Amino acid sequence: MMEKKRIDLRFSGVGGQGVILAGAIFAEAAVLFDQKYALQSPTYTAQVRGGATKVDVVISSDVITYPQTREINFFMSLAQRSYDRFYGGNNPDNRFFRDLADDALVLVDSNLVPNLNNPPHKLIQLPIIDLALREMGRTIYSNVIALGIVVGLIDVVSKEALTASVKRRAPKGTQEMNLRALDIGFNFADEFAQKEKIEIQ
Amino acid sequence: MSNKLELWGGNDLIAQAAIDAGCRFFAGYPITPSSEIAEQLARKLPKVGGIFMQMEDEIASMGAIIGASLAGEKAMTATSGPGFSLKQENLGYACISETPCVIVDVMRGGPSTGLPTAPSQSDLMQVRWGTHGDHEIIAVTPAFMDEIYSETIRAFNLSEKFRIPVIILLDEILGHLHEGVQLPDPGSLEIVDRTKPTVPPEEYLPFDDRFGDVPPMANFFEGYRFHITGLSHGKSGFPTTDVEEVDAIQMRRQRKIIGNTDQILSNHEYHLDDAEIAVVAFGSVGRSAIDAIDEARKQGIKVGLLRPLTIWPFPEKRVLEIAKQVKKIIVPEMSLGQLILEVQRAANGNADIVGVQEVGGQLIRPREILAKLQEVI
Repeated sequence: MMEKKRIDLRFSGVGGQGVILAGAIFAEAAVLFDQKYALQSPTYTAQVRGGATKVDVVISSDVITYPQTREINFFMSLAQRSYDRFYGGNNPDNRFFRDLADDALVLVDSNLVPNLNNPPHKLIQLPIIDLALREMGRTIYSNVIALGIVVGLIDVVSKEALTASVKRRAPKGTQEMNLRALDIGFNFADEFAQKEKIEIQ
Repeated sequence: MSNKLELWGGNDLIAQAAIDAGCRFFAGYPITPSSEIAEQLARKLPKVGGIFMQMEDEIASMGAIIGASLAGEKAMTATSGPGFSLKQENLGYACISETPCVIVDVMRGGPSTGLPTAPSQSDLMQVRWGTHGDHEIIAVTPAFMDEIYSETIRAFNLSEKFRIPVIILLDEILGHLHEGVQLPDPGSLEIVDRTKPTVPPEEYLPFDDRFGDVPPMANFFEGYRFHITGLSHGKSGFPTTDVEEVDAIQMRRQRKIIGNTDQILSNHEYHLDDAEIAVVAFGSVGRSAIDAIDEARKQGIKVGLLRPLTIWPFPEKRVLEIAKQVKKIIVPEMSLGQLILEVQRAANGNADIVGVQEVGGQLIRPREILAKLQEVI
């Protein structure tokens, strides 16, 4: 993983879940704390909440030209609506589906994305929002838990960088809770990875 | 260059660059996808002794920056397509009164309210011809973060140097993109200020052509008589319908731009030397084209890129040269064909010109440009 020159990630959800912010924290971790080239390009709707959103994150050792994802290595969805729009399971007619590399890893929330439609990519279903409710008492932490899980699963930015980036972005008074949420994500991914070997080419 | 990578958003960086260029006045009305420019300047301008004004609408915002500029400040406003439409009348006033100012247009899908959160390039012709009457305009089209910084500074410089409104044309993708970038050291870029009068106040004429095609510009309230009007005027600034006077000032205003294109035009060229196919693209689509060309070159397709950083005035001489060199020109753009019209006009029948057009509200992907290259070869 670490030798790979460029990695393309797309996180998706609905407005209000904090998916775009998660992408920003991720790119900031790479740029500010790992000193890698990275970008974050959001797509959202005019609704404040409820519209399908996505954020593209690219991390590279070189200057990035095309400012969105090119061949996605990792796709995450935290809502059925965004899963359908930006992926669709087995849906080769969808331009967004064709953005994924053949060996891409797809991570979905197992409760929020029940209809999968035979995805041809390697799929991981994890109860992210349940974890937020159970461990933190609030669903609002699901995006930070998801970030922890992503970095736990694929070693694309360092845990130290991501921790520093979450700390930098967390509003005053919420730092401790957000860092706890991040650790929950890290630990959950570690346990999961011990059970199943995850690899991205 | 400093070695450290910084993280910047496109809109945020325009705000910083404006301040570094000497901008000390911003008036605006928030509109997606440009609002972050106003947000940032509301925070930053007071700290450097500047003024931020949230206006009642876009029309007043444009009027306010013209007033601020006449009073001697470098001034800017920022908007998107719908707001830019409202600014057109006052934009014409800035053109005829030769008032330096900078307008940022972060393009979204249109017409009307259109697609507030999605990218487009369909303001290209509005930028050129949105205000009525014969007039010149300058528009810059950066695509990378370092260019957003340097082109914003260049926009102010050109505006001051030529006494003309300059438009910074971005699209939603670039406005909302956040990216790691190495910026030039502050102070390493040239900053241009308008030429001030050297004559005593009693001899001063605000539209004097004795000193060249760009008349020296006094600040209001500094003792120079400076009458200003949207009516056609003579050298004194007072209205006239004298045919020769009106003709002379119209021709001078045109000449000061098209006679100085060597100082105004700027292109990024990529692999054009041996190209048999050329791509002409700007903004975020220009970045898409670079990826497509890299891939096409790996497949042995001899293709190059012309990416104008100054889109108005249009680099028509360079496009004609390229059209004589290549067999085909591909023009990808997020509109139903505005850039392609200019390329066709400039190429004057010397190459086959093919468009790749996207109006659904998303960026054209490299593979879509590549597919067109493979199709036309």
